[in-house]
Amino acid sequence: MAMAALRREGRRFLLSPVSYNTSGAARSAIPSDEFGSIGARSISTQVVRNRMKSVKNIQKITKAMKMVAASKLRAVQVRTENSRGFWQPFTALLGDTPSVDVKKNVIVSITSDKGLCGGINSQSVRVSKALYKLTSGPEKETKYVILGEKGKVQMVRDSKNSIEMNITEVQKNPLNYTQVSVLADDILKNVEYDALRIVYNKFHSVVSFIPTISTILSPEAVEKESEAGGKLGELDNYEIEGGETKAEVLQNLTEFQFSCVLFNAVLENGCSELGARMSAMDSSSRNAGEMLDRLTLTYNRTRQASITTELTEIISGASALTG
Amino acid sequence: MYRHAPRLLIRAIGEGGRRSAPSAVGVTRSFSTDVPAAPSEDAAFVEAWRKVAPNIDPPKTPLAFMKPRPPTPSSIPSKLTVNFVLPYQSEIANKEVDMVIVPATSGQMGVLPGHVATIAELKPGVLSVHEGNDITKYFVSSGFAFIHANSVTDIVAVEAVPVDHIDPSLVQKGLADFTQKLNSATTELEKAEAQIGVDVHSALNAALSG
Repeated sequence: MAMAALRREGRRFLLSPVSYNTSGAARSAIPSDEFGSIGARSISTQVVRNRMKSVKNIQKITKAMKMVAASKLRAVQVRTENSRGFWQPFTALLGDTPSVDVKKNVIVSITSDKGLCGGINSQSVRVSKALYKLTSGPEKETKYVILGEKGKVQMVRDSKNSIEMNITEVQKNPLNYTQVSVLADDILKNVEYDALRIVYNKFHSVVSFIPTISTILSPEAVEKESEAGGKLGELDNYEIEGGETKAEVLQNLTEFQFSCVLFNAVLENGCSELGARMSAMDSSSRNAGEMLDRLTLTYNRTRQASITTELTEIISGASALTG
Repeated sequence: MYRHAPRLLIRAIGEGGRRSAPSAVGVTRSFSTDVPAAPSEDAAFVEAWRKVAPNIDPPKTPLAFMKPRPPTPSSIPSKLTVNFVLPYQSEIANKEVDMVIVPATSGQMGVLPGHVATIAELKPGVLSVHEGNDITKYFVSSGFAFIHANSVTDIVAVEAVPVDHIDPSLVQKGLADFTQKLNSATTELEKAEAQIGVDVHSALNAALSG
């Protein structure tokens, strides 16, 4: 947004010298200026120079941010790709049930803590809001758990009452499984749920990410679904080893599933964030470069014009003397 | 000689085109006779989503990123397909082996092809993968093993190391440390934590000696 504002500013600067040259009002104002005959005859280039300097600085910053994102991305991408196998056994066993109809839904939307990374956070928020609409209804309850500062900022505006929990600074340090399982434990202790729905951006490539929803059912919901048949019907065929009762093992299983899926989701989202930041900063640097080119052109043209004016005056003055 | 060149060229191209045409047909045919892929999205969910948010594409679900698992074969296959995953890497991915022995909470459990479908919680212990005469041993901390009816076994562990990477002297030291902690523990929490430490280290010890 800041960049767009800057760009508009740049356009205005481009137009302004032209309007000064043509408008009669500007001309008529010149004789009244007592001081600085040079400044009055030619247009001041000071403002353009300042603008060029600031654009150059902005470009330096965006370039540096791009480099930082690119170097972080490589490490995170490897970790993300390695963690992709981690959730697959659970999906193979418990299936994928986004359309499950339960009373208490909790939407865990994963966003980033820092901005300047393109549309990744608004994408998460949009999907979460649509999911909220999808899961809400009479006698149903849907709550949000938001990871990340930027998601909170966007959500607080219109769904403040449904936010149950907000966790920030997840991405600050390189994540490991232990940290995520503490986080998952925190969420599980503080919310009541029948189904947890994790919304995150799955990393696809540096320039593209895929909004994704993973669904995790509570042990009771799993049992109900498996009794009702359907997608989880096969679960009844499994023998259960260890633990006192089936319910106990199922609870361990679903909580473990949540931590595993969350681990992958947080990594995927972090990776997408870096990728998105990289491409966003790349295009910002490019835009800054283009703007700098335009400003340089304006600057040089104005300078040339003032030189030409001076020359004309000298020559005409000289010819008046000789003639 | 050059006068004929264009004509020859055209003929060659024409023949090439004619030759390639049937092969293209063949390709499309082979595609059309392919078995339709398993649905990678939940139709009911997509439909409900389109009603609620027609201007946002329905988000993907994990099923779209997963290879469909094979159906249960009618006869028992000779090999067991194993997936062994950790948070930071997939240790074994879709590998065919003869047998795995997993440390279930109810005791060591050998899994052969055609094993009955089971969900097993794991305790700290040795996971061994038998492949012909090769036996790979890992020490796993905890996790789950899912044995599916189609002779596919998924093992999810929080941490695992090959047994030969473990330093015996450190294990002895850790065991002594935790035993001391267990004796000096005052609160329930400390006691439980020390007990876990002792359990893990004695399992490590047993893995090294066994």
